[in-house]
Amino acid sequence: MSALSRSTATVSVASATASHHDELLRLIMEAPTQRPLNATWNTFVTIAAREVTRFLHDPTQLVFALFMPILLILGLDGPLQSSFGKAAGYNLMGFAITGMLALSFYQHTLIGILSLLEDRENDFTQELLIAPISRYALIFGKIVGASVVALLQGVLITLLGILFFHFPVSLPGLLLLGPVALLICFLGGAFGVLLISLFSSQRSASQVLPLLLFPQFFLGGVFIPMHNLPWYLDLLSKITPLLYAADLLRSVVYSGQPEYNQIVLQEPLINLVVVCALTLLCLVVGTILFVRSERER
Amino acid sequence: MQTAVTDENRPRQPGQTTVEPVIQVEDLVKCYKKARRNAVDGVSFSVPAGSLFALLGPNGAGKTTVISILTTTLSPTAGRVRIAGYDLETQSPQIRRNIGIVFQKPSLDQNLTAEENVRLHAALYGIYPYRPGFRLMPAAYRQQVEALAELLGISDSLFKPVKTFSGGMKRKLEILRGLLHRPAVLFLDEPTTGLDPESRHSLWDYLRRVRATGRTTIFLTTHYLEEVEEADAVCIMSRGKIVAAGTPEQLKTNLTQASLLLDSPERARLRQELQQLGVPFQEGTVFELPVAGPQVQHLLKRLETPLSLVQTRTPSLEEAYLQIIGQHMLENEEE
Repeated sequence: MSALSRSTATVSVASATASHHDELLRLIMEAPTQRPLNATWNTFVTIAAREVTRFLHDPTQLVFALFMPILLILGLDGPLQSSFGKAAGYNLMGFAITGMLALSFYQHTLIGILSLLEDRENDFTQELLIAPISRYALIFGKIVGASVVALLQGVLITLLGILFFHFPVSLPGLLLLGPVALLICFLGGAFGVLLISLFSSQRSASQVLPLLLFPQFFLGGVFIPMHNLPWYLDLLSKITPLLYAADLLRSVVYSGQPEYNQIVLQEPLINLVVVCALTLLCLVVGTILFVRSERER
Repeated sequence: MQTAVTDENRPRQPGQTTVEPVIQVEDLVKCYKKARRNAVDGVSFSVPAGSLFALLGPNGAGKTTVISILTTTLSPTAGRVRIAGYDLETQSPQIRRNIGIVFQKPSLDQNLTAEENVRLHAALYGIYPYRPGFRLMPAAYRQQVEALAELLGISDSLFKPVKTFSGGMKRKLEILRGLLHRPAVLFLDEPTTGLDPESRHSLWDYLRRVRATGRTTIFLTTHYLEEVEEADAVCIMSRGKIVAAGTPEQLKTNLTQASLLLDSPERARLRQELQQLGVPFQEGTVFELPVAGPQVQHLLKRLETPLSLVQTRTPSLEEAYLQIIGQHMLENEEE
């Protein structure tokens, strides 16, 4: 008797839970929506915010982003400064940290864009690419999100530079640094879009990436000044995008400083034009190729 | 005279039609670049709204290719597809808005929390504007997410990274996420692959509930045939072609037969008696007779040999499936 009543009780509890579950499901499927005012803008903000959220959730990335530049500067330019610092006539550590900053903006945005390939293989881009969103909003959101991440890292590098590595400080320099940094981020992002449109997998892209990045470290004059090069290195250096980015950044940071003429290689205007033109070119070609390659497999 | 516009006589909007099947596929062909044969080779079918439709077939049969085309991520080589009243070729953005997908591989951002994943989805599908925090999102969204968390039993871990969730939980989260934007069709590409039996069972509980609401058509591919027994329609693909289609009942009765299993301590006597009665049988570990329905009782009444086993056997869809695929493979080899 008691067993019977217990089993009836279980059944009624179960059916109560079932109807409650149905109610919850109805709530999920029928909740009133609230359409955003501008769908493209909303997509753009959503994608960009995802990049920043991911970065903030991943402290190792943050630590890594700080340790690498410090290690490189101490390892490369520490010895250089003690041996050749006097001959150069200016502080090589300051030279290196400004180069490092340009590299960081460029590289981190580039790598941020490459995560679109990783996503395509792993998990999330399926969800992104299936959503009813503009491909252009997707790409620009990704670039801006990755740029914000790169800028956050850049702020930390700048602070470290000012505190420990002879980063030149002047008010106009720091004010102009923001827009120039953003431009360099966009250059990296645009280059990244071009890369993901050309390489279908993370694997092939990450094999090619060091080949494209490492020469730029040296030919772009990130750590070591590019003076009196033999003609072939000079030529290679002149076709390195990072050279123009790093030089543009230095022309801003070192403006009004006594060592400006020794450090900055070219007219800032030339640098600006080259960086803008390259960004536009990569962006247009990359976006067109990316949107097309997605569906034509 | 002007008639009032009511729901009945309002001109039909695309996507709201009820008579037209929700998915219509005609002569679909896909040939991948550098491939020698077509991955999908002239496939046609239609899916009525609100039904559970299952696409079956061995690995490499072309199921995922079909799903990729229907979900607009892959362009077809030829053929015509309409989903929710929209043409695939010209109106793919509208189609995207009207479908939900759960992929073979989980498509959650592992580094984000469950809520962030849901928020991202809601914002990408334009259900709500994006805000950088749960509390900043509209009240309707928060209610929806709280209901979702309660239904999944993850109210405690809603704000924990998805990578800490179990496989079954991730799948359920994906399915509910896919329902947020009220899709007309929910595509499930092998949703239960790699899940333990308990997770599979509870996942199907959710899917049954979703079906019961009657709003969502479910398009399913799976390798677990018992999941398909309750489907409204089944299509079996092999090497890019549809080799069988119908309800599970039709497939079973067309291809396999129900049978009666008998055994006796006196096997020789049973054998003799069956021969005398003129009933065909196969003798293996037990006697199997192609007898079903009322004939069973009729036969049992006439048997006098004492029996140790009486069992009726209804063939499963799995048996029918294996037979269809087996036949098709054989035909292909002969070619």
